[in-house]
Amino acid sequence: MTVPTHNPASPILTVKDLDLFYGAKQALKKINISMQRNQVTAFIGPSGCGKSTLLRCFNRMNDLIDNVRVEGSISFEDQEIYAASTDVITLRRRIGMVFQQSNPFPKSIYENIVYGLRIAGVNDKSLLDETVERSLRSAAIWDEVKDRLHDSALGLSGGQAQRICIARAIAVNPEIILMDEPCSALDPISTLKIEELIDELKRKYTIIIVTHNMQQAARVSDVTGFFYLGELIEAGPTRKIFTNPEKTQTEDYITGRFG
Amino acid sequence: MKQYWKTGEPLVMLTGAALAVILVMTLTLVGVVLTNGLGYFWPSHLVRLELKDGSTALGQIMKREKNPLTGEHRLQLKVSNRDLYGQDFRWIDEKDVTGRSLPKDALLLERREHGNFAGFLSGLSVDGLKVDQATSPLEKLKLARAAIEERQPHLDNIRKKMMTLNQQAESMRLKLLKLEYRNREQHAAEIARLTATREQVLAEFNVLNGQATTAQAEIGGFTAQFKDVSGGAKDIPLVDIMRILAPNDMSIPAKMLAYASRVKELLLDEPRESNTEGGLFPAIFGTVMMVLVMSFFSLPFGVIAAIYLREYARDGLMTRMVRIAVNNLAGVPSIVYGVFGLGFFVYGIGGSIDAIFFPERLPTPTFGTGGILWSSLTLALLTVPVVIVATEESLASIPRGLREGSLALGATKFQTLTRVLLPMATPGIMTGLILSMARAVGEVAPLMVVGVVKLAPSLPFDTTFPFFHMDRKFMHLGFHIYDVGFQSPNVEAAKPMVYITTLLLLGIVIVASSMAIYFRTRMRKRYTSSHF
Repeated sequence: MTVPTHNPASPILTVKDLDLFYGAKQALKKINISMQRNQVTAFIGPSGCGKSTLLRCFNRMNDLIDNVRVEGSISFEDQEIYAASTDVITLRRRIGMVFQQSNPFPKSIYENIVYGLRIAGVNDKSLLDETVERSLRSAAIWDEVKDRLHDSALGLSGGQAQRICIARAIAVNPEIILMDEPCSALDPISTLKIEELIDELKRKYTIIIVTHNMQQAARVSDVTGFFYLGELIEAGPTRKIFTNPEKTQTEDYITGRFG
Repeated sequence: MKQYWKTGEPLVMLTGAALAVILVMTLTLVGVVLTNGLGYFWPSHLVRLELKDGSTALGQIMKREKNPLTGEHRLQLKVSNRDLYGQDFRWIDEKDVTGRSLPKDALLLERREHGNFAGFLSGLSVDGLKVDQATSPLEKLKLARAAIEERQPHLDNIRKKMMTLNQQAESMRLKLLKLEYRNREQHAAEIARLTATREQVLAEFNVLNGQATTAQAEIGGFTAQFKDVSGGAKDIPLVDIMRILAPNDMSIPAKMLAYASRVKELLLDEPRESNTEGGLFPAIFGTVMMVLVMSFFSLPFGVIAAIYLREYARDGLMTRMVRIAVNNLAGVPSIVYGVFGLGFFVYGIGGSIDAIFFPERLPTPTFGTGGILWSSLTLALLTVPVVIVATEESLASIPRGLREGSLALGATKFQTLTRVLLPMATPGIMTGLILSMARAVGEVAPLMVVGVVKLAPSLPFDTTFPFFHMDRKFMHLGFHIYDVGFQSPNVEAAKPMVYITTLLLLGIVIVASSMAIYFRTRMRKRYTSSHF
């Protein structure tokens, strides 16, 4: 896959005046934020603040829900994500996603990894083999599973399964990886492994992570956005948000006064 | 007491009790069928009873019970010899019996006609058959019977040839009909040629028929003379004897052999004596084939409908109404389906097929009459809700995360469906299939109006092109039970057959569901853990 030429300084994702409604209820209000290439952006905020909803706008996963209406614009490089002409399939191939609950398919580890390639019509054995090894290595799980690639992925532990899901997302060579609370169902050791992995992955990919865990956001992200009741209260370099936030709401939240 | 109720214990007991009641009822049912059905083939003793009035009776004791009028015990004796006595069974009061014995030379003959014969061998007219090495008259009878059996293939061969010729002649007749219907002049040459060939075939048929008659007469000339217990003489042609048993002089292994041979006859032979005796092969075959053809229709239709309902249809009022309608379809009385099948499939579609493709045969219907295809379709209609509900449920139970995971990788909805959802739903779909097959096997009412018959002359599948004859009528075990049990002229004699048929029907259900369960378990293993 060829990486399109781009200006490294321009943002990869730009959200402008985004409103999102579930029926009559407004879930996102006038969101404006942009994400930089090869950076980790973290969305934090209390439950129901809209951070996951925003994340799911980027690969149009919200399309699966009835009665969702989106206004405003999200541009991915210079392409409008919510334009009628956008091919959702291609978009999702370029913007991968890792979910809160690890969701390996009831297939072998190998078939899980190559799923994205197979549905794209790739069946060349050597290419598939190569992709499996590369993706599993990138997801730091190759050594653990290399001897049982053809065993069912359902036999893996939660942390392993989540890394398989990351490997599966990497296998199709996306530009952005969306992570929706990837560690919330994991134990501290598995969490640590995933966090190290995120650090590793940002060299090649742009990562947007939604998390409940403020320490995690502080540890892994370069930029943090704080959401509250559907609004983006404040966004900026992580260090600044956590040490010297501009808004009192942000400060209250990160110091644990509410949420 | 209130405290005890609050612990929840009584409810647990109640559920256990409900299960126990169901189990007991099922086991009783199966037990009754088993005991009544399995005993039928056992060659039990022929008992000679001497009675007060000086007469004697020979037969198998079927039952001993209290006479409801006198309050004393009486015996039900299967005396056989329907042609001599006019009935197979006799009730004898126990107090009238002065003596019992088991005469060693008493014979029980199974005959092609008139049911069994119980009596004694008195003579043989078997000149020309190789029976010299026989040491006893019974041995002689058996050898003579075997010798005739050897000649049987010759006759069978002739009959088989006759049948083929008959079919050829029939297909030529239909072709001729068609040609004449289209245009007599235009096809004159062809018609002449076909007529000539048909004449030839018919001539050949007549020659063979003559041969068959001679062969039959020749074989039929060999007879054996028997006497019943009171001395009444009876001449029986050897060909009419299916099996010779001397139950009072048989060892247990010999009886077991006889039992096995009767079971084999049941499974592989055609019925005799208006279905009350002989085998059940056509009915077994018809039942299995009907269920398979039904699954062939109901499974794909049901699965596809469920996929649309669950995955593609918007969840609105319409979808909900359709869903309710589908669920309620299962509650429609099955005879209603039968009537619908008769009107829609048989007269509607079948009648149209006849009008378009076989107008020359009218008014003789080809597809416009009951047949295995229409029966299968009717039952498919009846069972499709089960498949739909099962498929929908299993699709609904797949975690949302798996769909999203697949879609997030750039899969289309259809790819997600075929690669992730359907494989995962397969065990649930199999459950639906099992339930629908079990339901279909047991249905009788709708079949009675769309194609089941008491006795079908030929199977819906044979070796002549196009092998599957979907227009043919067929026999069915469920209908057989009804027919033999309630429509038979000789209900008492047919009773064991009812049990046997029920047993076979249960057996088919068990075999079919075990197979489906086996596949389901394998699938489940595949989609939970272990190797691919």
